[in-house]
Amino acid sequence: MKNMGEAIREVLDIHGRLNVPSISLTDDANLYEHGLSSHASVNVMLALENAFGEEFPDSLLRKSTFQSVDAIREALISMGISADVFVGGEK
Amino acid sequence: MNSNDFRNQLLEAGVLVDAGSPGLYHRSADYESVVRALESYVREAGRDDNPQRLFFAPVINLETLMGSGYVGSFPNLIGTIDSFDGDMKKLGEFRERVDSGGEWFELMSHTDVALCSAACHSVYPMYKGATLPIEGLYFEVQANCFRHEPSMDPARLQSFRMHEFVYLGNPDGALEFRERWIAKGQQLLGDLGLVLDLVPANDPFFGRGAQIMAQGQLEKELKFEITATISSDTPGAISSGNYHEDHFGVTFSMSTHDGHVAHSACFAFGLDRITLALYYAHGFQLEEWPDEVRERLALGQSSHFIEPT
Repeated sequence: MKNMGEAIREVLDIHGRLNVPSISLTDDANLYEHGLSSHASVNVMLALENAFGEEFPDSLLRKSTFQSVDAIREALISMGISADVFVGGEK
Repeated sequence: MNSNDFRNQLLEAGVLVDAGSPGLYHRSADYESVVRALESYVREAGRDDNPQRLFFAPVINLETLMGSGYVGSFPNLIGTIDSFDGDMKKLGEFRERVDSGGEWFELMSHTDVALCSAACHSVYPMYKGATLPIEGLYFEVQANCFRHEPSMDPARLQSFRMHEFVYLGNPDGALEFRERWIAKGQQLLGDLGLVLDLVPANDPFFGRGAQIMAQGQLEKELKFEITATISSDTPGAISSGNYHEDHFGVTFSMSTHDGHVAHSACFAFGLDRITLALYYAHGFQLEEWPDEVRERLALGQSSHFIEPT
């Protein structure tokens, strides 16, 4: 089981096509500066929905939502997901 | 004029003939002579780069379509091709269903070919794994393209011709090529008496991620469209200049001479939309089009005039 931050990083490592492992990035690092493309951020969005069982509302479907681990965490919390939630993840 | 009025007038004038599906038309010899005149007109403007000229079949290899990225991003627009691949036993059931108006489609199998979504998509697989020359590669290509967008607006055809100029090479070369062609395209189209605008644009991505993809494309200024009135007072794109960054370079493992991932750019003339825009601007009788437009397109000269049947 993983906490929210770990689950986000796992999704980024599998779907984000980052040019470095997410573990080497701080929570506020700009993911778009580390290889995240718009196309990959859509795949990240879908994988996060799968992992957390909640759909992103239309108002959050913009690039800035997926700009950093912090931004993603903030978005998930705004969707009513507890920051302390533990998820099974994809693996 | 709205697009419905324009469509009716095109049909009445015999410029287009309804081919049975929304956005599908037979074209008159006059219409076709304009398409071919445009082709020669833009070709002249592209001679400086001495491009390799290729005319693609309307049907492409399925892998080519996959490599374009269209399958994931625009599944609603693509067209794959099915055919019957069964044995005699299955054929019996197949014929029965065809004759009785049953669901024969489900007995068809996928083939390894698909309809072409954009002309330039067939260029990149030809250079899979290649190291490009220092000066880059230049192409002039044309294809019949398909987009599954059934509409009564004649500006939105399901089957249309795209004439493109393409560059493969390094990032600076790709951007320079696109800027040069956007300027050239505006000049060429403006000289035909069309009122143009140049606008940053995004592709019509499918599904819930569409706005994210569109935002990315707009922020990076990857796509510009030259717009004009085509079938109504609301302008639409008649040409576009696109910078693909390393999308095709990565997909097809193409490298520059110094070992970097290749970048690419293209400039596309929508031959059918430009033709319709010319009819919209100048009327349904080619003889009545402004002299300078007829001269620039060399309309009526034997090189592209097709005798009406």
